[in-house]
Amino acid sequence: MKLFTQLYVELDQTNKTNEKVEAMRFYFERAEKADAAWAFYFLSGRKPRQIVPSKFLREWAIEMSGIPEWLYLESRDTVDDGSETTALLLPNNAGMDETPLHVLVEEELLPLRGSDEVTQKAAVTKAWSEMNYSQRLVYNKLISGAFRVGVSQQLVVRALSQLSEVPVDIITHRAMGDWEPTPEFFDSLLKPDLGEDETPIARPFPFHLAHQIDGGPNELGDISDWQAEWKWDGIRAQVIKRKGEVFMWSRGEDLITDRFPEIADAARELTDGTVLDGEVLPWIDGRVLPFTELQRRIGRKNLSAKILSEVPVILQVYDLLEYEGSDIRQLDFRTRREMLEGLIDSLPQQLRSVFKITESVEAADWDDLATRREKSRDLGVEGFMLKRRESPYRTGRHRGDWWKWKIDPLTVDAVLIYAQKGSGKRSNLFTDYTFAVWRDGELVPFAKAYSGLTDAEIRVVDKFVRANTIETFGPVRSVKPQLVFEIAFEAIQKSTRHKSGVAVRFPRILRFREDKTIEQADSIETIHEMLDSFQNAKP
Amino acid sequence: MQDYFERCGKINFMKRGGLITLTASGLYCKQGDFYIDPWKPVKKAILSHAHADHAYRGNIRYLVTKSGEQLARIRLDPEAKIATLDYGKTTTIDGVKVSFHPAGHILGSSQVRVEYKGEVWVASGDYKLTPDATCAPFESIKCHNFITEATFGLPIYRWPPTEQIFDEINRWWRRNIEKGKASVLFAYALGKAQRVMSGLDRNLGRVFTHGAVERLTQAYREAGVDLPETTYAGSVTNKKEFAGAMIIAPPSAQASTWLRRFGTQSTAFASGWMMVRGARRQRAVDRGFVLSDHADWPELLTAIRATEAETVYVTHGFAPEVVRYLNETGMNAVPLKTQFVGDDASDLLDEESEPEAISAEPSGITEK
Repeated sequence: MKLFTQLYVELDQTNKTNEKVEAMRFYFERAEKADAAWAFYFLSGRKPRQIVPSKFLREWAIEMSGIPEWLYLESRDTVDDGSETTALLLPNNAGMDETPLHVLVEEELLPLRGSDEVTQKAAVTKAWSEMNYSQRLVYNKLISGAFRVGVSQQLVVRALSQLSEVPVDIITHRAMGDWEPTPEFFDSLLKPDLGEDETPIARPFPFHLAHQIDGGPNELGDISDWQAEWKWDGIRAQVIKRKGEVFMWSRGEDLITDRFPEIADAARELTDGTVLDGEVLPWIDGRVLPFTELQRRIGRKNLSAKILSEVPVILQVYDLLEYEGSDIRQLDFRTRREMLEGLIDSLPQQLRSVFKITESVEAADWDDLATRREKSRDLGVEGFMLKRRESPYRTGRHRGDWWKWKIDPLTVDAVLIYAQKGSGKRSNLFTDYTFAVWRDGELVPFAKAYSGLTDAEIRVVDKFVRANTIETFGPVRSVKPQLVFEIAFEAIQKSTRHKSGVAVRFPRILRFREDKTIEQADSIETIHEMLDSFQNAKP
Repeated sequence: MQDYFERCGKINFMKRGGLITLTASGLYCKQGDFYIDPWKPVKKAILSHAHADHAYRGNIRYLVTKSGEQLARIRLDPEAKIATLDYGKTTTIDGVKVSFHPAGHILGSSQVRVEYKGEVWVASGDYKLTPDATCAPFESIKCHNFITEATFGLPIYRWPPTEQIFDEINRWWRRNIEKGKASVLFAYALGKAQRVMSGLDRNLGRVFTHGAVERLTQAYREAGVDLPETTYAGSVTNKKEFAGAMIIAPPSAQASTWLRRFGTQSTAFASGWMMVRGARRQRAVDRGFVLSDHADWPELLTAIRATEAETVYVTHGFAPEVVRYLNETGMNAVPLKTQFVGDDASDLLDEESEPEAISAEPSGITEK
């Protein structure tokens, strides 16, 4: 794992895309195929389930380093990463473990899963004592199922594409869905593209993803070149029907067929060689339910009859990727849409109640469309998707053909009352905040938010937190109520679990209101008014 | 010299417990009426070293080590009234014996030993045990009361061998040379910058400096420290000279336009904080080199135990953690809250100090 550790260290040390790609190329040029397959597996974000519980790793590290548990915990709070803390606590041995990555994973790590604690402990502590700090870190990440190193699959594929001269789109498609990290698989990723149909039936296509449009759509040119669709807030999914079988994939490439039996059952009625792209939505009486309702279903292994009737789902279909067994992604969107309309129209009524084609919203011009967009909240949508009628279905996040044109978020001014240290790059700074609004002269917490401040603002707030801590509860500090922030969120719902009585979706910091005093922050009444108008919109 | 501080005038002395107490101005010896590293202007200041969080301006008279005088003058004021004392020599101030002993932190850094009627205190300032070619090695002093820093007082901080780090730095430099890039290495201007220089492979190329670094580097050379030749970057007109060169700059230069002149570049930061990946990412440099002028966890414990002190006062950084650990392992340790004047944590950061050491109230040292 020497070469792989070196790669990890290099990837971890640079924030420059080119250097990351170069480091991966360097690695893949030299690595054995069996190792390269595992490296691709890990780098592209897949991970085996946890092999040894982190709790055990912690216990053994404490024992080996001879420090008390509280000191371990203090250390971990500073490092903010259990694997790294454990790696750092032990002496930095000079010896470099020479075991190839695939041998380490297949013969040492994976067999440890399910073995008894004594065996696990003996294996892990032996490995630790032979490794240097970086190897121990990588080892811990692999064994605790927490491996990630700041590269996207897209970047790994770019490195492989440079190496093999196989186009990025082809490799991306070959890497979709389920596969085993074998030398054969790695070979199949990089073999020359001969244009033949090589698709295993379960393999999904890479999703085409959109960017948020800054400002308005006026720059996009003639509105007639564009199709506007409501932007739904559900689970992006690809539904595949091939050779009598149905596969449903989420955007995170999880197989979700079993999660949504209504859709899977309906998909079995589709013609073989059909692939649909759309959004899974909780749907009753022609209306979408809040996303939180869908969340109630996602986590469950067993879908009871109760939950199925309370939160039925449909698929808002907006694209057709495979038709009668042919990959039609290169056809323009106008043509694909016509084919999709034809396909949906031909379905029997009960299938059309599950596969609902996403409405194309007609408007005379952009201003007209902007007016229509104001109805978004009433309809339970997030705004519009704008799709260029002449565009192919692309791979990944691509700028120019698909745009998200979201409605402005709801906002309130709230007071910072709790702070906690962040993670990763921000592990030494207080970056995770809880905000409160007024209720009867008291500040009640109403949302947590992490993102949205600049690095300079973070430093200011961090300094404030350190200098104005009232009390410390574990990692959380309560601070003097003094700083006001404008908090944005997408949706709001009643909640019995939250002290404030509301739950908000996607809260984030819009801006630091240094000009405001805490007396000028909003009250819970303001939020309840938002809640009313938000819910009144939904019959 | 012997009576240097005596000339500052007699004081009314009333013995009240410990020889050294913590006042609003800093560590104070009432018997001798002097302060050690005071953070508010006082009459008599003994400085452990010239870093900004230990050497504040505005004191009437200073006492520093001989090898630290030049640095103190640069940092304080060329006209400051500074008296010096060699390592190991003793001066007596109102009956209190005062001597300096090497702290191994930076050039001229010292532990201040104070003795009165058989009671011995050592205020160690900042220190490290790792050998450093640019300053005298740490010397362990037995005492009754030991005041220690705890900047890196967690067991995750264990410095890799210095040789290994210098190898990494030189390898990084070599790779940048191959790519035609300048190597911009951020290091605290006083101490770290010169220590880095001492480990550079002198055959690789030229070394340029930021103005803040150059002046202090000259002072190091004048004190007889062997360093590679350096050129003040501001004196260079042909920017092509920077390709493949090493540029040593203070961390504050990181976000500045000053860096543009160096063209294609790779950046790095040399600091003990680089031990933790999150801290390194926060710095947003290409490379982080673990190189500290403070004691790591094993060194702290070694140094503290070697003093055989009855009481250990711990300040800075992870003081609460170190205190708890020492108490649990059979020693008598007490946290010492230090206070910084001013509110600009960034210049403290520049001296590799713990940025959060701001406490509301200076507490007195617990009397025994």
